[in-house]
Amino acid sequence: MDKFTTLTGVAAPMPLVNIDTDMIIPKQFLKTIQRTGLGKNLFDEMRYDDDGREIPDFVLNQPAYRNAEILVAGDNFGCGSSREHAPWALADFGIKAIISTSYADIFYGNCFKNGMLPIVLPQEQVDILMEDARKGANARIAIDLESQTVTSADGQVFTFEIDPFKKHCLLNGLDDIGLTLEKVSAIDTFEAMATQARPWV
Amino acid sequence: MPKTLYDKIWDAHVVHEDADGTCLLYIDRHLVHEVTSPQAFEGLRLTGRTVRAPDKTIAVPDHNVPTTPDREQGIKNEESRIQVDALDRNAREFGVNYYPVNDIRQGIVHIVGPEQGWTLPGMTVVCGDSHTATHGAFGALAHGIGTSEVEHVLATQTLIQQKSKNMKVEITGTLPPGVTAKDITLSVIGATGTAGGTGYVIEYCGQAIEELSMEGRMTVCNMAIEGGARAGLIAPDEKTFQYVKGRPHAPKGAQWDAALAWWKTLKSDEGAHWDKVVTLRGEDITPVVTWGTSPEDVLPITGSVPAPESFSGGKVDAVRRALEYMGLKPGQKLTDIEIDTVFIGSCTNGRIEDLRAAATVLEGQKVKPGLRAMVVPGSGLVRAQAEEEGLAQIFIDAGFEWRLAGCSMCLAMNPDQLSPGERCAATSNRNFEGRQGRGGRTHLMSPAMAAAAAITGRLTDIREMMPQPA
Repeated sequence: MDKFTTLTGVAAPMPLVNIDTDMIIPKQFLKTIQRTGLGKNLFDEMRYDDDGREIPDFVLNQPAYRNAEILVAGDNFGCGSSREHAPWALADFGIKAIISTSYADIFYGNCFKNGMLPIVLPQEQVDILMEDARKGANARIAIDLESQTVTSADGQVFTFEIDPFKKHCLLNGLDDIGLTLEKVSAIDTFEAMATQARPWV
Repeated sequence: MPKTLYDKIWDAHVVHEDADGTCLLYIDRHLVHEVTSPQAFEGLRLTGRTVRAPDKTIAVPDHNVPTTPDREQGIKNEESRIQVDALDRNAREFGVNYYPVNDIRQGIVHIVGPEQGWTLPGMTVVCGDSHTATHGAFGALAHGIGTSEVEHVLATQTLIQQKSKNMKVEITGTLPPGVTAKDITLSVIGATGTAGGTGYVIEYCGQAIEELSMEGRMTVCNMAIEGGARAGLIAPDEKTFQYVKGRPHAPKGAQWDAALAWWKTLKSDEGAHWDKVVTLRGEDITPVVTWGTSPEDVLPITGSVPAPESFSGGKVDAVRRALEYMGLKPGQKLTDIEIDTVFIGSCTNGRIEDLRAAATVLEGQKVKPGLRAMVVPGSGLVRAQAEEEGLAQIFIDAGFEWRLAGCSMCLAMNPDQLSPGERCAATSNRNFEGRQGRGGRTHLMSPAMAAAAAITGRLTDIREMMPQPA
């Protein structure tokens, strides 16, 4: 997994609340058996018309945001299904961090498995960063995971909370399965005990 | 210290706890379908890992499978076929329990699990699908996971988890006539919002919940995710035990007795701590429908389409967008909204009781001419039972298409889809933009309400069709 340490980049504003996983990557693109290649269909139904042409008004089609690496989004981003295709599509497009007041639970967890940082900040700070995002390349946002800070274009520093284990894995690009398999003897012990206690399982 | 049901199941499954509270949780049942698993199995192959507990892993294709009889000749859509074939290959190669497309036990993964007795009280159940919350109806801790976590469970039979907070949703009293489990679960989301449960595991309780059948309880828990919760669960009781007993993978003999003894302890203790409590009076719940593009956009069927200005914050623009997408105007009466299509099925409402409820409304009635209507049983066994009970004939006589089991139009990954602008009365769980097909317009409701809408061709108050007391 790619490490995430620091990032300074253009942020795309998506103030809509409840952006769901069907919007992020519509179901017809879930038929892939690979993790890559979904970026071109990110936000497909908002981004392209019925004939497959780009809708110029959509934020990621605007020249300023075609290479955006950060999304600043409305409340409850990523609600809906468990599809990891949503963070895969965001990552494949080039998004490395998201800033919002809140995320749906499964989506939030899925981001970390893909080297992507979802940041939670209070509404008034998200509002300031949303304004920065509206200025495109004229207002880059800086993120530092080690110090858990987001710095707005005019130098305001906001601190965010993150679970220490998730932070550690992201900073070091660690693979969860590898880490868990180091505890395989604990799993063996538990399994033996549980089989005794609940043999019907 | 008094514990909640969630605390008890959690504690019984902790393999290891780090100093910061991160836990390794043992998984008793891992359900797998074709959409969110290919990359996980591929990951195992690339790293030379195996499935740790194939006997606790159950695979069934559901999202992509067509529901028309010609599916026996193979799936025409190439991408869908590749995905279903990949599941077939992976299930056989890794030796997991498997119900292929042509097995009568095939169906929607969340219907098959309980039906086959894989889902039992006190278990941890996961699946790469957000509606895994369904299994919480048995007093199991059940939730959706992403594909990376699917791979993690396949390889280790555990998940790295942080414990959620405890939320109690109590439905007191008794439901009025015409009000169903679907109306409960939609009303709760309407009251709390789609993020109201974020960070929580919900335990549903109260007289109205106790009075629900197992099918109804599954409907309630199924949509816990739509309220943002990690999981929803209901304490097991006699109804649960009766439902489970005798199912193919339920314990038998002495093991049944031992299991039952433990299951009876699975309830929240008096004085247990709740981080959040929501209480609704059963008597206040009415038949509801959704009008927008989020499950929280729900109102009693007697209501009218709201104005965007009546909301606050980011929701104002979201509602404006939703009304434009749905082709609705503020002030329009919900019962004046005409529909093109009716879809009865899905993991929310594709069980036998749901089909019975719809058939009761449709008996001796006809689908309004010009309307498209389909019933998609949740599993091959539900389908067979409905045929045996004569329900299938009622649907067919009324003008419904009688389909084979699968996810069908709930998410339009198979040929069952809405066209742009097509308006559907649906018993499924999500009314998101494009969910049932690009440009499709979804109104969520109970099976009885969907059946009523099929007859009148518009959103309909089921109570108008019920026999009036003399």
